[in-house]
Amino acid sequence: MSNFFTWAFILPLLQATIRMATPYTLAAIGGIYSDKAGVSSIELEGILLMGAFTGFATVYYTNSLWLAVLVAMLSGVLLVGIYAFMVVMLGCKSALIGTAIVLLASGLTNFYYRSIFGVSSEYTSIIPFKNFTVPILGHIPVIGKIFFQQNALVYISFILVFATWYFFEKTALGLECRSVGENPFAADTLGLPVVRLRMINVLITGSIAAIAGAYLSIATSSSFVENMSAEKGYAAFAIIILGRYSPIGAFLGCLLYGFADALQLNLQAIGINVPYQFMLMMPYIFTLIVMFIAGKGEKPEGHSKFFKKGLQIT
Amino acid sequence: MKALEIKNLTKKFGKLVANDDISFTLDCGEVLAILGENGAGKTTLMRGIYGMDVPDNGQIWIREKQEEITCPKDAISLGIGMVHQHFMLVNNFTVAENLVLGMKEFTGQVLNRKEIYKKINSFFQQYNFDVPADAKVKDLPVGLQQRVEIMKALFRGAQILVLDEPTAVLTPQETKELFTIIRKLQKEGKSIIFISHKLEEVKEISQRIMVLRLGKVSGIVDTKDADEAIMARMMIGRDLVAMKKKELDPDLKREKVLEVKNLTVKDGKKTVVKGIDFTVYSNEILGVAGVDGNGQLELVEAIAGLRKSEDGRILLKNRNIKGKSVKFIRKSGLAHIPEDRRVRGLITGFSLVDNSILTNHDNKPFSNGIIINRKATVEFTKNNICKYNIKTESENALASSLSGGNQQKVIIAREISSKPELLVAMKPTRGLDVGAVEYIHCCLLAERDKGKGILLLSSELEEIMTLSDRIMVMHGGEITGIVYPDEVTTEEIGLMMAGVKREKMAKLPKEGVIV
Repeated sequence: MSNFFTWAFILPLLQATIRMATPYTLAAIGGIYSDKAGVSSIELEGILLMGAFTGFATVYYTNSLWLAVLVAMLSGVLLVGIYAFMVVMLGCKSALIGTAIVLLASGLTNFYYRSIFGVSSEYTSIIPFKNFTVPILGHIPVIGKIFFQQNALVYISFILVFATWYFFEKTALGLECRSVGENPFAADTLGLPVVRLRMINVLITGSIAAIAGAYLSIATSSSFVENMSAEKGYAAFAIIILGRYSPIGAFLGCLLYGFADALQLNLQAIGINVPYQFMLMMPYIFTLIVMFIAGKGEKPEGHSKFFKKGLQIT
Repeated sequence: MKALEIKNLTKKFGKLVANDDISFTLDCGEVLAILGENGAGKTTLMRGIYGMDVPDNGQIWIREKQEEITCPKDAISLGIGMVHQHFMLVNNFTVAENLVLGMKEFTGQVLNRKEIYKKINSFFQQYNFDVPADAKVKDLPVGLQQRVEIMKALFRGAQILVLDEPTAVLTPQETKELFTIIRKLQKEGKSIIFISHKLEEVKEISQRIMVLRLGKVSGIVDTKDADEAIMARMMIGRDLVAMKKKELDPDLKREKVLEVKNLTVKDGKKTVVKGIDFTVYSNEILGVAGVDGNGQLELVEAIAGLRKSEDGRILLKNRNIKGKSVKFIRKSGLAHIPEDRRVRGLITGFSLVDNSILTNHDNKPFSNGIIINRKATVEFTKNNICKYNIKTESENALASSLSGGNQQKVIIAREISSKPELLVAMKPTRGLDVGAVEYIHCCLLAERDKGKGILLLSSELEEIMTLSDRIMVMHGGEITGIVYPDEVTTEEIGLMMAGVKREKMAKLPKEGVIV
């Protein structure tokens, strides 16, 4: 037990926590845009997969990491566009379309991965994002090491957390976006374009969550693995509720998940005598516990309520 | 000058003509009342003027200029404000956030909340409205929420204000306050359209009355010349039958039907019914008056077995029903007309047949315990449709396809035919039009005359006053008085509703002998 409480164990563990938390953070921050506007973000898992694959393929062909991020975002927007159209414009049930989107993304990415890169036991790999130390901040003792010696996408996730909070809390447009999630009918009577605002928010979700996917294949690893998002999208869906639909709350929740993931890896690394399958279960057990504690959370009142012009409240 | 003129407005939904060739004018500084039953087309007309349902035909003239209104934004910029029947407020936002929502020209892109709260508070002062701008809307009582709605319209520069059934949710006192505000706005030169189906209110507040019936204007009259009987006929197309409460035999033998002793009920951690005692006798309607949220709902839920009660006893025909299952309680002789017919009264996605046998579906003759006897259920439903004059395409129509009044009839038919000892009716006429209200009142009185005990809860004081044999008033989870309706005034009941306790309680019905 003694080797648990040494700097040599804790510092890398916390560093890994941030690294592992980032895909959750990007996915959850993305999802918050949908949820705040009253559209469920249950489709996140599919976007992650899509982003992971398109990001990876772009780096493979162009060797450009930033172009890959852009392409991933674009693919996320396209995929979520189907979801947005069906759910926001047509009023289909989000759980149904969300599941279809996840299955579609899983099928598409597996198919194209195999047809492009072939089926072999060796993974095709690329050169991923590298860690770099942020000037000044990166040299603060301990904190610098944990937070500011990471790769660029991690820093982007930090910025997005703050920017999203600022957007929803401090800007007029953010207030409008929240109002269509709280009471779309009220927003309509004030002349706000409810459907358009909801569509835009869901598309933003697609673009940000796709970065989370790309992060998995071109930042923390150097290859694409089938279904590599490993339910992180669903975890993010739960974290948003746990974080009471606030970007800051969600970020804290993501750190918790990142910690569970990191602990699982690091415990395996020091060879603790627990079957590794059990360790792998930890994030999922976490999700269940978290949902149990968080309950329904304080949903926006108009969450998952369909809105169409001329539709009356009954 | 005419603030608004509507010329030949028509709106159809499929085959249904909701507004048929409607024309009227609204002068500046005038209160025009629009009177009509549910489904007469009042709300559709207003949604048309506010750009929510664009009319198929007709013209809208604002301040003597023809305008096109295709969305609420157009209406707002033309100085039209609307207070909807279901408030259009964001409950989780503050009052000020609700006011400035969608007004970037006022707030700028970045919200400076301090500044906004200051400006809104000073705007409120013009109208002597003292609610802090940073209060959350959901924490305000209904009356104040409505005031926020009015402020929202005024803040957007409304010159024409449409109030859609504004008094439906208010207590008598709040209604008075609303009328004061309306008069003040009128003095400022604003024009107001006041929609209602209550004749007395309309007579009090308006200068002219327009009556709608089945989508058509059935008349426009000056309020000072308006006669209630004539208005009622214009509204429902026939005369109202004056309701008569049958005199009871002084030697009538009465039994205790429901006995509630020292009952305490909690909502979460809050005690909402605080140890109350009362009894409902046979041949009696015990009316319960009170402002919404003073424990009436929880009391009913506790009696009907839908909510756990803490201390005390509930006896139905001397049989304990506290803590028993709903099924047991119903078998013991309780029937319940719940507050919300669409949520608790009916399964709206079920047919009338299925709804009519709910709660009795496992009894003879509807089933042998395992298999439902379709023939018997259809027979029973057809019978009810005929007996209660329920307007429907067929017994297989979905409950959701019926109008509110007919839905309520389905529930009443089901509950009464279960031959209860006690009928608990919670707001049985809520949101219904005059004709349907009249019918349901007759049903309740008929049950009373048959010897049943009835516990009637309503927020319409008039309903309670005319139907009840005794009136029990609740405030803050306690009984503030039990009185005979012919021995009190509405004002006295209003005081009890506000919490002033009465010493003498009318513990027994006036006539009859208790056995």
